[in-house]
Amino acid sequence: MEKYMGKGVYGAIAIGKISVFKRKEVSVKRTRVEDTNYEKQRVENAKALATSQLQEIYDKALKEVGEANAQIFEIHMMMLEDIDYNDSIQNIIDTQSVNAEYAVAVTSDNFAEMFGAMDDAYMRERAADIKDISNRLIRNLQSEGEDNSSSDDKVIICSDDLAPSETVLLDKDKVLAFVTAYGSSNSHTAILARNMNIPAIIGVGEEFLKSIKDGDSAIVDGFTGEVIVNPDEEVSNKLLLKKQQDEEKKKLLQNLKGKENVTIDGKKINIYANIGSVENIGAVLLNDAGGIGLFRSEFLYLESQDYPTEEQQFVAYKKVLESMAGKKVIIRTLDIGADKQVDYFGLKKEENPALGYRAIRICLTRPEIFKTQLRALYRASVYGKLGIMFPMITSVSELEKILGICEEVKSELNAEGIEISDSIELGIMIETPAAAVISDLLAPMVDFFSVGTNDLTQYTLACDRQNPELEDFIDTHHEAILRLIKMAADNAHKHGAWIGICGELAADTTLTETFMRMGIDELSVSPGFVLKVRETVRGLDLSK
Amino acid sequence: MVSKTVEVINAQGMHMRPAGILAKAAAAYKECNITMNVNDKKVNAKALMQIMSACIKCGNTVEIVCEGTDEQAALDEVSGLFESGFGE
Repeated sequence: MEKYMGKGVYGAIAIGKISVFKRKEVSVKRTRVEDTNYEKQRVENAKALATSQLQEIYDKALKEVGEANAQIFEIHMMMLEDIDYNDSIQNIIDTQSVNAEYAVAVTSDNFAEMFGAMDDAYMRERAADIKDISNRLIRNLQSEGEDNSSSDDKVIICSDDLAPSETVLLDKDKVLAFVTAYGSSNSHTAILARNMNIPAIIGVGEEFLKSIKDGDSAIVDGFTGEVIVNPDEEVSNKLLLKKQQDEEKKKLLQNLKGKENVTIDGKKINIYANIGSVENIGAVLLNDAGGIGLFRSEFLYLESQDYPTEEQQFVAYKKVLESMAGKKVIIRTLDIGADKQVDYFGLKKEENPALGYRAIRICLTRPEIFKTQLRALYRASVYGKLGIMFPMITSVSELEKILGICEEVKSELNAEGIEISDSIELGIMIETPAAAVISDLLAPMVDFFSVGTNDLTQYTLACDRQNPELEDFIDTHHEAILRLIKMAADNAHKHGAWIGICGELAADTTLTETFMRMGIDELSVSPGFVLKVRETVRGLDLSK
Repeated sequence: MVSKTVEVINAQGMHMRPAGILAKAAAAYKECNITMNVNDKKVNAKALMQIMSACIKCGNTVEIVCEGTDEQAALDEVSGLFESGFGE
């Protein structure tokens, strides 16, 4: 068993036999010719043939990978017509009285070298495009057809690198995966593989090519970028399981993406996603979440060496709002302290951090930090549909103070002539038993509640969730917790507010029915759970 | 001779797709020379590989110079492509 690492460009797993991609070597001899016009005519003929071949490849790509990705072949056709490229070929034929093949090969090398020497990684990759079209011309001049590697079984294609046209021309039904020794994630091969939904690993190095042969069995893990040749049984079984799980997940995705979160009897619920950084937005969109129910703003503070500026925060919030394109984004204000510590805040060590100086308590005693965040949030509000959520609320007076600061920030921004959205929703976390018990008093003051079940559980059951010895005592389905949620839901609805759940319990599909019967309006879960919860919702019938 | 200075606004700069669109549009004006002055280089707008190898990035300013038959129409079309960010 041998392992090789490269860069996975499409997350999927393939198990099968290796087939080493055979390419007809393009070898070109320099010969002197008398009739240079004849050579130039041969180039024109080869070009015409190449254009019609590329047109065919373009049509095939159009069907298999879509217009945006097929465009590369249209550009290849244009490259064949490029003035400088053609001038160079003709010049070499004329001045050196040499054969067409040689003129094309030299031109190809010169142009590829020029692109290969550029600073820009994307442009360096273009050297491969030059070689691809030039080799096609040379093959046409030598009257050779396309390269092909036909085999009867599905195989893992292994190669030094694949040209875009080679990638598309491979019979998709016979390719389990691609593995290339060179290449980068900018290469068209990588882009095409992603769009053909074929696991691909690039840049595994030349050692790999030297040690494999046709028929070797191998596992390609596009998630980790690992290629395992002649795997042992243990590894095989492990990856087989991973493959099955992945396929199940993708099936779920395929069947449920774009579908409504509605029960059999027609009751709807919003399913949103929880995220902790701007990078997670891709996963939110991929899993088809209806919005972001909890965006933890802590990452801005945790990743930074000092208090993040208003501008830094503004840029991050704006990006999230813009990426979600009008879908609701609920951003929770700073929630550090307890299990999340940041050095530059200079927080003292506490006996009981979970019951200590954290979250909104820091914001209310150090309003300058709070105001900076609120200014950034309000400024970003015009870029989408923003909700602002305050954590660790226990009393009406706290909420009054918070809303007062919000008003201050708003009038400051107004005075500065900065535009803010007039449809921002303000809400609070229900994560202390106190907040749930007085939810009738809090609900009229806000637009929404969001239940943080993790903290609500630890505070209600008096169980430190960091203490592993308490695991047996933490009953997350405890009647007390469910009653508190029900109480908050009823009070929210009585006062025209909506209520969501953003803790781990939201993803617990054994409780989905209970929550829907309580009238919970939104469940916010990790992106990976969105479709699982949707599947559960669509299987429920609340009329029974 | 007519000219106009535009800014590259498409985030990816002049990668293959916009370069292809530009070269194709420029090539339609057979009797008109279309050159671009960018990053201290002179680039023939009809030459795909020249455009690509000029490494034109978002934020660069490009002076477009057209000379010949239909020069104003050529300038309008080419500058329009830059201003629309090549539809990106």
